Amino acid sequence: MSAKQVTLDGNEAAARIAHLCNEVIAIYPITPASPMGEWADDWSSVGIKNLWDTVPQVIEMQSEAGAAGAIHGALQAGALATSFTASQGLLLMIPNMYKIAGELTPTVLHVAARSLAAQALSIFGDHSDVMACRATGYAMLCSASVQEVQDFALIAQAATLAGRIPFLHFFDGFRTSHEVDKISELSRDTVRAMIDEDLVIAHRKRAMSPDRPVLRGTSQNPDVYFQGRESVNTYYDELPSILEGVMTEFGDLTGRRYGLFEYVGAADAERVLVLMGSGIGAAEEAVETLVARGDKVGLIKVRLFRPFSTAHLLAALPASARQVAVLDRSKEPGADGEPLYKDVLTALSQAYAKGERSLMPKVTGGRFGLSSKEFTPAMVAGVFAELGATQPRNPFTVGIRDDVTHLSLDWDATFRPAAAEGVTRCVFYGLGSDGTVSANKNSIKIIGESTDQHVQGYFQYDSKKAGAVTVSHLRYGDRPIRSTYLIGDDEAQFVACHQPNFLVRYDMLAKAAPGGTFLVNSPVTPDALWDSLPRKVQQQILDKQLKVFAIDAYGIAQDTGMGRRINTIMQVCFFAITQVIDITDALAKIKEMVAKTYGRKGRRLLERNYAAIDAALSGLHEITVPAALTSSVEMPPVVAANAPEFVQQVTATLIAGNGDSLPVSAISADGTWPLGTAAYEKRQLALEIPQWEMDLCTHCGKCPLVCPHAAIRSKVFDEALTSNAPEGFLHNAVKGGKDFPPGTHITYQVAPDDCTGCGLCVEICPIRDKKDPQRKALNMVAIDERRAIEQANWDFFLGLPEFDRTRLKETTLKGAMIMQPLFEFSGACVGCGETPYIKLATQLFGDRMLIANATGCSSIYGGNLPTTPYTTNPDGRGPTWNNSLFEDNAEFGLGMRVAIDKQAEHARELLQALANDIGETLVDAILATPQLSEAEIFEQRVRVEELKAKLTNIDKLAARTLEGIVDYLVKKSVWLIGGDGWAYDIGYGGVDHVMASGRNVNILVLDTEVYSNTGGQTSKATPLGAVAKFSAGGKPVIKKDLAMMAMAYGNVYVAQVAYGAKDVQVLRAFLEAESYDGPSVIIAYSPCIAHGIDLANNLRQQDLAVNAGHWGLFRYDPRKAAAGENPLHLDSKEPSIPYRDFAMSETRFAVLERTHPEAAHRFMETAQHQSKAKFHLYEQLAKLAVGEPGQE
Amino acid sequence: MNLTTQWLGLTLNNPFVPSASPLSRSLDAAKQLEDAGAGAIVMYSLFEEAVAAEEEGMTRFLHHQETGHAEADGFLPAQPDFPGELDRYLEQVAALKASLDIPVVASLNGVTASGWMTHAQEIADAGADALELNAYYVAGDIWEEGHYVEQRYLTLLKELREKVSLPINMKLSPFFSSVGNMVKKLEACGVSGVTLFNRFYQPDIDIDGMRLKHALTPTVSTDALIAMRWAAMLHGRVDCSLSATGGIHTGEDAVKLLLAGSDVVHLCHALLQHGPYHLRKVIADVTAWMEQQGFEDVADFRGRMSQVSVLDPSQYERLNYIRVLDSYSGRDSVWR
Repeated sequence: MSAKQVTLDGNEAAARIAHLCNEVIAIYPITPASPMGEWADDWSSVGIKNLWDTVPQVIEMQSEAGAAGAIHGALQAGALATSFTASQGLLLMIPNMYKIAGELTPTVLHVAARSLAAQALSIFGDHSDVMACRATGYAMLCSASVQEVQDFALIAQAATLAGRIPFLHFFDGFRTSHEVDKISELSRDTVRAMIDEDLVIAHRKRAMSPDRPVLRGTSQNPDVYFQGRESVNTYYDELPSILEGVMTEFGDLTGRRYGLFEYVGAADAERVLVLMGSGIGAAEEAVETLVARGDKVGLIKVRLFRPFSTAHLLAALPASARQVAVLDRSKEPGADGEPLYKDVLTALSQAYAKGERSLMPKVTGGRFGLSSKEFTPAMVAGVFAELGATQPRNPFTVGIRDDVTHLSLDWDATFRPAAAEGVTRCVFYGLGSDGTVSANKNSIKIIGESTDQHVQGYFQYDSKKAGAVTVSHLRYGDRPIRSTYLIGDDEAQFVACHQPNFLVRYDMLAKAAPGGTFLVNSPVTPDALWDSLPRKVQQQILDKQLKVFAIDAYGIAQDTGMGRRINTIMQVCFFAITQVIDITDALAKIKEMVAKTYGRKGRRLLERNYAAIDAALSGLHEITVPAALTSSVEMPPVVAANAPEFVQQVTATLIAGNGDSLPVSAISADGTWPLGTAAYEKRQLALEIPQWEMDLCTHCGKCPLVCPHAAIRSKVFDEALTSNAPEGFLHNAVKGGKDFPPGTHITYQVAPDDCTGCGLCVEICPIRDKKDPQRKALNMVAIDERRAIEQANWDFFLGLPEFDRTRLKETTLKGAMIMQPLFEFSGACVGCGETPYIKLATQLFGDRMLIANATGCSSIYGGNLPTTPYTTNPDGRGPTWNNSLFEDNAEFGLGMRVAIDKQAEHARELLQALANDIGETLVDAILATPQLSEAEIFEQRVRVEELKAKLTNIDKLAARTLEGIVDYLVKKSVWLIGGDGWAYDIGYGGVDHVMASGRNVNILVLDTEVYSNTGGQTSKATPLGAVAKFSAGGKPVIKKDLAMMAMAYGNVYVAQVAYGAKDVQVLRAFLEAESYDGPSVIIAYSPCIAHGIDLANNLRQQDLAVNAGHWGLFRYDPRKAAAGENPLHLDSKEPSIPYRDFAMSETRFAVLERTHPEAAHRFMETAQHQSKAKFHLYEQLAKLAVGEPGQE
Repeated sequence: MNLTTQWLGLTLNNPFVPSASPLSRSLDAAKQLEDAGAGAIVMYSLFEEAVAAEEEGMTRFLHHQETGHAEADGFLPAQPDFPGELDRYLEQVAALKASLDIPVVASLNGVTASGWMTHAQEIADAGADALELNAYYVAGDIWEEGHYVEQRYLTLLKELREKVSLPINMKLSPFFSSVGNMVKKLEACGVSGVTLFNRFYQPDIDIDGMRLKHALTPTVSTDALIAMRWAAMLHGRVDCSLSATGGIHTGEDAVKLLLAGSDVVHLCHALLQHGPYHLRKVIADVTAWMEQQGFEDVADFRGRMSQVSVLDPSQYERLNYIRVLDSYSGRDSVWR
């Protein structure tokens, strides 16, 4: 009987085998490995059993270090245990990996291999992480495809039990972990047959047990440690043949035969490539093509990297090999070659030296594919071409253009492998939110499971969260698809544009193959469609002789009650045009998929989907392509013409999606990037923008506060400056005019191309027209009628000077909101609950701010290229920002503080030493100022400028030293920013230590109550009863009270805030925290898409959370205690609504009532009780008399 | 002592019927109500908006989670298929019917005749003995004339009448210009009974945030007086069953409503506050009163204080108003 064919991605394939073969699974989220943990957790939560008919226990840990420790313990206690990870997570596991291997413990760790953070973080795939583990003693087995991921997961499990060496089973992050392929599924029986129960029992017998006690983990001395290390050699010597035996057994059972090193290519190959990982797919396609042309080339596929079996490598490599290029998907700066290259070179030289090989080939080493850089058959052909040179370049790189050290190889981009024949390639451009990716995943499943065709899907995502663009790459054909690279220019027979506005933004038809088909979703009628296309698109259609189809998918979605959900409509068009399966069958299958998705919980949605599916066919029209161009619509420039040179040359290239073309010289060597580039990326996401009604507005400042993208601003200025304002520029005399000079006006201005249209500014606006309550002081209006007007207004607004900060009352919302935000237009989600806090901090302190940012959402919208939202004020000052790691952010920020304090101290010392040269008056003034207010800080800056001028005339070394650190004489504000995953979990030890240090840092915890960036996994901040990933059955324990823990120190300023509930309290908390000369913690409630809410209700949800007692508002100020007052002040009242009323308004709680009603009921009752009890506890603390012991 | 009562064509052991409340969500609580002596039970309401909102919300947040960001293709874990609001309701009807011997009245709450009402037959099929229709409608459109509001109730009732053959009880607003006439019109459209009255939850204003806030305030016994008056005025003048709700907490409250002419009395807040077994005390208090008064059968005194029965019927109308105002002297305000 042939094996069942299934369509899935690499993560699911690995997780299935891991879940089947283990009892304890310790997990922690990290991209791109998180889905493995999520699958395991999902399966266990619904009772799916392993090989031994018992449900594996899945436990989420606080970090990967924790997961590794838990696995180590579980293994020592006799369980079969596993984990999944990648990148920095794998680094955190390394100490335990040495222990696990040192104790000869069978286990498999599945790794979606990913880049390591160096000059920058990257979530994408390469072997940097696994290469850092090669000395741990783990065996390292590499899968190159989704099929292999499944097969090797099992092979590794069987081999580790037999050989007692733990395995690191890895595959390329994203390219393999996220690629969807049709594979032959391993049946449960096959898996069972591969796992030898005697070996499992033997593992258990070696476990720690008080019934047969042993002692491990001793501390050894010089007398025996060395011998102990050598005692394991035989296990490593034997492992290759054990693995080979397991592979043979696997081959006998499944028909799929693998080797430690496999060779493909000409039997008499002279030029041979050696590599491992997904690049093998592209390399094999190239080799086949070149061999067919008569080239003597071949490929060694490396499967087992550790223990490195020289014998097996030599056996696989043809004796005829004269030139060998070894490709490593990693980099070791400073090394004279990367690991695989050096191993191969050593193996060949030893064999030659020993006389086992008569020829010593020229061996070169190259780097490729770092951070999922494309690796194509054309590049492989380029490497073979180089190998043909008399002196092949060594070392070399391929896939980039290195114009600095000139290591990169050229390649012929027109090279096409023969495997491309008979494969249909399709590319789809969609929005992340329009469902294009999920529809394509469904389409792959439909094709894969209802035809004999082989299928492959790969998805390119965006670095932005709001308005993210996705590109789906689908291939299908009669033969297995090994094309482990994107569909390239002129290759796609089918190109679909799911969003009408993409036509002028992306060069989609560059990918179209001549004679292909272009499907466009457009509201334009079929007869007018041609004329509506940009001129360039028309030209491409004519040049490539493309067929054009159009559909008004949004119109159909609207008519059928689907809102803006167009995925199934576009899916129907794809099947109708490609005819890959009969359209009637396709429609039935699509409906089947929809029914499977919605099931019993969405009966009427099912009907609407069916209606949309049925309507799609009749709405699809083929467009007659005229012979001539008719359009005058041009593609607009990527950035404005007045953008700085760097933005024009580098940033614009990145925004346009052409970053691959940038040479090495364009990229900074140390990871330094300029600020303020987000302002040049005009994404035009909003369909509606706010319009200011100045007759109503009271200038309260609430709208700029809540705007997640700093797209609505207020500014005050002299009315005289508006003489040349655009006609539509609105401004009026500022209310509360006594704080401002006569003639001062104010405006509230929207940035129309940067606004995301979330509507929160209108939501918060408290002012309604008494005569027309529908009309607020801000109202959303369709952008089409306003764009040009507001663009002109915005440009004028930017040109108005910033108001003198020293004269603004920052304690009022209005005053604070006139300050310039130095964090703008980030890629955060529409309606993000985090960004207003960061923006506020930059308004208040941005010109003196250093930010240490933990990895997570805030580091992604804060620092993910192509553009950066942190920016500068007109003086060029602004927040300076860095992301070290996830786990060390508190320590990272503390280091900044210590450095500032030390350098400031030294500057003061030098100042005193140079007092005679500088002048006592200036020195005394600089040293004496407490810098407590904006005005004092401004004056200190003036003094420091004066000091700098004086220093230039002092010819002493101390003066030069002082010049280097003189700016530290002006107050600096250090901010440690991160999410709850950082502050509550992985970085808590650091946060705790920093609080205990007493140093003047400000910790801002953006509490979304889950790991938001990786997709909503449970953290210790997740509330009781909330459903989150890794808590599918509802979080069974209450949220950690971080504030209470911080307050326990007594000397830590602590505030818990929620701007949607009490904005002025947030402002006060930020000012107090920053002014406190010690550690401060602000725990900021941040509604998130992961709560299962519409972020248009962000503010309401904050209010509900506060009123239900879920989120108390308070401030704890140690200065008050010092003054004999109670340091704790409650800013919210006793819970006034049932907890349930809050909880049931959020899907994260509400869904549990459907899936686990009894548990949900229990959790809600406890939560209700807890919220009241917590309030009363805080209330009592706030009422405690404070004084000396014994005093009343 | 005979408490047997006819209501909506059903024969009940007694006239004490817990009204729509969360208690009927739990089989245990429902069983306790039956043990405590409930004559029938009205289930929690199936809200038109809840069915729609759940489908839309759950679907959106469980299935349309993708943002297009590489690190997350969703934010909530995959969920097994689960029954929607409607299916859960149907399951609960069936479960209550299976475990209780007393009649079970399903409750529909909605204001439009579309969509959700198409499922009424499914509720009948699940075993409900009767349907309560609660048109919780706040006539906020000042251009909507009163008769259109009345028509809305009538249309809903007609639609439902066509869909099912079960007895239909309609929960009424106290704000009709002519409550009695409205009941007659409903009778003409096939209503089996009316409940007096729906309690409209009033929003409050949060003066700090200058926003509306919504809170549920428990009823008090005096809240029942409006139902008492109308039960008294309708008893003997309409053919359909009458039930009273809102503010019935004690045996004394219940006796008053029965005296006024209500066929059954509904209890809600008192049971939520004191638990299902509070009903036992209410019944005991009523029977003690009956004993004290020498009544053997509830029929002996039902409607005894209705308008058609009292010596001075005008007391239920304007005269009562004048007297109350008159009697409010700041000292002991007493009924004369």
